[in-house]
Amino acid sequence: MSMTTRAEAGTPVGAGAKAAAVRAGTGRWAGMSATDRRNKIVTHLLLLLTIAVVAFPLYYAFVVSSHTMADATARPPKLLPGGEILNNYAEAWERTNMGRLLLNSTLVSLGITFGKIIISVLSAFAIVYFRFPFRQLIFWMIFVTLMLPVEVRMVPTYEVISDLGWIDSYTGLIIPLIASATATFLLRQFFMTVPKELAEAAQLDGASPLRFLWSILLPLSWQNLAALFVVHFVYGWKQYLWPLMMTTSRNMQVVVIGIQRLIPSGTQLPEWHLVMAAAIMALLPPVVVIIVMQRYFVKALMDSEK
Amino acid sequence: MPERGVFRNRWLPYLLVLPQVVITAVFFFWPAFRSLYLSFYRTDPFGLRLIYVGWRNFQQLFTSPQYHKVIVNTVIFSIGVTLLGLALSLAIAVLANQKIKGLGFYRTALLWPYGVAPPVAGIIWMFLFHPTYGLIPYSLAPYGITVNWLNSPTVAMLLVIISATWAQLGYNIAFFIAGLQLVPESLLEAASVDGASSFRRFWSITFPVLSPVTFFLAVMNLTYSLFETFGVIHSVTRGGPGDATQILVYKAYQDGFVAFNLGSSAAQSLVLMAIAILLTFVQFRFIERRVSYE
Amino acid sequence: MSGHSKRFLHGLLTLVLLLALMAPGVMAQRTTIVFWHAMSGALGEAVQYLVDTFNESQDEFFVEAVYRGSYEETMVAAVAATRAGNPPHIVQVYEVGTRQMLDSGVIYPVYQLMADYGIDIDWDAFIGPVRGYYEFQGNLYSMPFNSSSPIMYYNKDAFRAAGLDPEKPPTTWQELEQVCRAILEAGVTRYCFSSNWPSWIMLENMHAWHDQPFATLSNGFDGLGVELLINGEFGLMQVSKLAEWHKEGIYQYGGRGSGASPMFSNGDVAIFMESSAGIAGFRNTANFDWGTAMLPHWGEPYEKVNTIIGGATLWAMRGHDDAGNRGIAEFFKFLAQTENQVWWHKNTGYVPITVTAMEQLEAEGYFDEHPEQKTALLQLTHAEPRANTRGVRLGTFVQVRDIIESQLENIFAGLVSPEQGLNQAVQQANQTLREYQMIYE
Repeated sequence: MSMTTRAEAGTPVGAGAKAAAVRAGTGRWAGMSATDRRNKIVTHLLLLLTIAVVAFPLYYAFVVSSHTMADATARPPKLLPGGEILNNYAEAWERTNMGRLLLNSTLVSLGITFGKIIISVLSAFAIVYFRFPFRQLIFWMIFVTLMLPVEVRMVPTYEVISDLGWIDSYTGLIIPLIASATATFLLRQFFMTVPKELAEAAQLDGASPLRFLWSILLPLSWQNLAALFVVHFVYGWKQYLWPLMMTTSRNMQVVVIGIQRLIPSGTQLPEWHLVMAAAIMALLPPVVVIIVMQRYFVKALMDSEK
Repeated sequence: MPERGVFRNRWLPYLLVLPQVVITAVFFFWPAFRSLYLSFYRTDPFGLRLIYVGWRNFQQLFTSPQYHKVIVNTVIFSIGVTLLGLALSLAIAVLANQKIKGLGFYRTALLWPYGVAPPVAGIIWMFLFHPTYGLIPYSLAPYGITVNWLNSPTVAMLLVIISATWAQLGYNIAFFIAGLQLVPESLLEAASVDGASSFRRFWSITFPVLSPVTFFLAVMNLTYSLFETFGVIHSVTRGGPGDATQILVYKAYQDGFVAFNLGSSAAQSLVLMAIAILLTFVQFRFIERRVSYE
Repeated sequence: MSGHSKRFLHGLLTLVLLLALMAPGVMAQRTTIVFWHAMSGALGEAVQYLVDTFNESQDEFFVEAVYRGSYEETMVAAVAATRAGNPPHIVQVYEVGTRQMLDSGVIYPVYQLMADYGIDIDWDAFIGPVRGYYEFQGNLYSMPFNSSSPIMYYNKDAFRAAGLDPEKPPTTWQELEQVCRAILEAGVTRYCFSSNWPSWIMLENMHAWHDQPFATLSNGFDGLGVELLINGEFGLMQVSKLAEWHKEGIYQYGGRGSGASPMFSNGDVAIFMESSAGIAGFRNTANFDWGTAMLPHWGEPYEKVNTIIGGATLWAMRGHDDAGNRGIAEFFKFLAQTENQVWWHKNTGYVPITVTAMEQLEAEGYFDEHPEQKTALLQLTHAEPRANTRGVRLGTFVQVRDIIESQLENIFAGLVSPEQGLNQAVQQANQTLREYQMIYE
């Protein structure tokens, strides 16, 4: 992505953009006209309205999760939270074995994230800072996998995992998902924007390539790595079909699947208040990661434009 | 003459790419190759019988009116998710790029839906649209509008498009906000002084700067809607009513893993791979072109 | 803290650790039997209860029950695991997967398993429609577990509000239509009736209930060359009527699977066709007076026979050692015991699968207290099962149901006529059946 706009960055327009970006964060206006003030109020209102619309489904899920089953499905629908929060969440927690599910999801997401980042840093580094036979071929090979969704190669992939004896293990849940074209690609783009002089200087100083990677390149890229962390943690957390196939014991299941336990098979009615409680518990961790890291995330995207 | 800023080492680069290459080969290329092989066969579910059928799986696919319908659905769904997603998030990103107080709060409040897994988003939206309990059908009923996705292909399609778009909104907004930082403010100010309307300013200055981001997001959203929305369809409509929300990836899954027609499913996987490779190629060409005149 | 108590604590800690280390050792001596099932929610808890009871009843085997998602997902998991050489010991497969499991070559037929391990089970004690559905060449191939049959639920309060006799539910479709008009006229409910499992109830069961063939070759029991017959006179009449009623608002389509249940519990409809296993759910969710009755029938010229079952059975998978196989057999024997069947029926609404369990329930006076639980049994045993009423056995049944329901949706949405829709369904279904036949013949 970064690369797509890098062309502009090399032109005077790009330089102006940087200045603008700096100002955007700190800009304050000395004298504000009445029109300006009115525009600002309108902007505030519009933003609040947008947020309300975007957040409404989640709010409503929360409302449903705070009522008894009868109230959750009553008419007219309840729009304000009820008093069953603790009961419902406790029951959903227990019924889904939520502690374990969250632990598994966390471990799997972290494993995928760090695995992806490590192998992508290494391969992107090799592709940008070395010239070797088959370099382009390898890059393409990695890149094409970006578009080979796990859904369409399920049985063969499952057979591979089974032959390796990785069924129902964290290894099986993590390893097949750590090959990442996106991370490799974004890091490649970023590395290409790092001034060549740095590598030259390192070579003159007699630093080894790995030394250069560790002491110069990585410190420069930490915001990109933070952004990758967010994206891939969320990616890992959202996995659905693969964990469903891979896990055979309750203790290995992840949270997105765990919610399905509450949506009954066959003949019973879904207990929507518990389903929503579980849904909220399941979406909280990645949402928290996004909220906490949001600053780095957006900033890294901006920085990669430089 | 050695290239600038390039290290020289005979074996290190191979060692560095090795983990990535091994994983890619074992978990992507081998399964893809197996799919290619299987697409020329008919098999039983348990893999004990294998009958070579040549191009039959492909022939059946492309002559089946149902598959044509699924292709049309996929096009509608993907374009719907992409256009709706891009339009909404661009508008929101522009709003969240004004010089106002509380920007950090606003941005955070807009980005979080990205954390919601598609199946979870699907469950929440399905409840909102539930024919019996749903808030949306209930609120619209007094106006004589019946919203029941079970009986209306259009409503069902809208439901899955909305769920999928909602779950991807944060991602799009984040990239647009980043892209907007590149818009030269001096130009905007000059245009403002010249009396250009804000719409004109957006159209002639902001939008051209945003076009690479927009293009990137368009490809990413197409990819997302083609492949990653499996969970939305699976937890909401399961392709119904009729075949109204049946999309390529879901049909490939259903034919393969519910109906156990692995040969046809493998053939469909290859169709999907072809689309994927095409999209990748388009994106790659575009990016390389942008890069080349640096 | 004194030195003594410190040492004591250390000792205690060591002891606890040792015990903790030994515990799995003790467990490991038991043979683990992996049992994959598709029962979530309260049903899942009922399965776990039976499994726990079995595990406590002996110390040789330990059954590990694992919920594997929906029926579809459970079957996918079993297929994938078997292909990879790690099948579970037992897998619960829905009735529509029966033909595929029979042809699979990876299952251990239950009659043979029991014979090989010297466990005596009186197969004749299993009730006819249950045994018949899963029998192959005269032998039972899988262990009946959760069987149900569709029945009619009706809202007695709604009947009263419409001035109808709540103890006189309609017995024919003609009566149902009249009742419905009265209910809608009185404005009691928004629509009059709906149904879960559209293909199973409205087509498979309606054909059997009226002694009409659903497919050729005894509904597929006699061979793989089977073709659907649902676009025949009876099927067309049934579906046209439904489509007509749907337009009028008498009938309201409520989705595939069990998606329509809320319409009944929420009072959107007064009459509801649903599996007998829905009883447990409605006990919790329908806070009005309701009862069950046999499914409506069209009357003359059709004979009223019996309905067919749905649900799932347990399949023993090949590829396990002697101890594993014996564990499967012992667990199946445990499940067939009368007391467990009685418990299962009372707690889930699935029908008891043995005559002895039925008799015990009768003797206890259970059906007097819970007449709604008896309806399914009455329907299933209404006549001796025959070619049209034993069940339906199709290699691509999962797909066929999908095809049928998808065409029903097109019909109810007004996109195609009943005739077009059913013809389409038959043509598409037959194509999948031919492909299946090609693999196995």
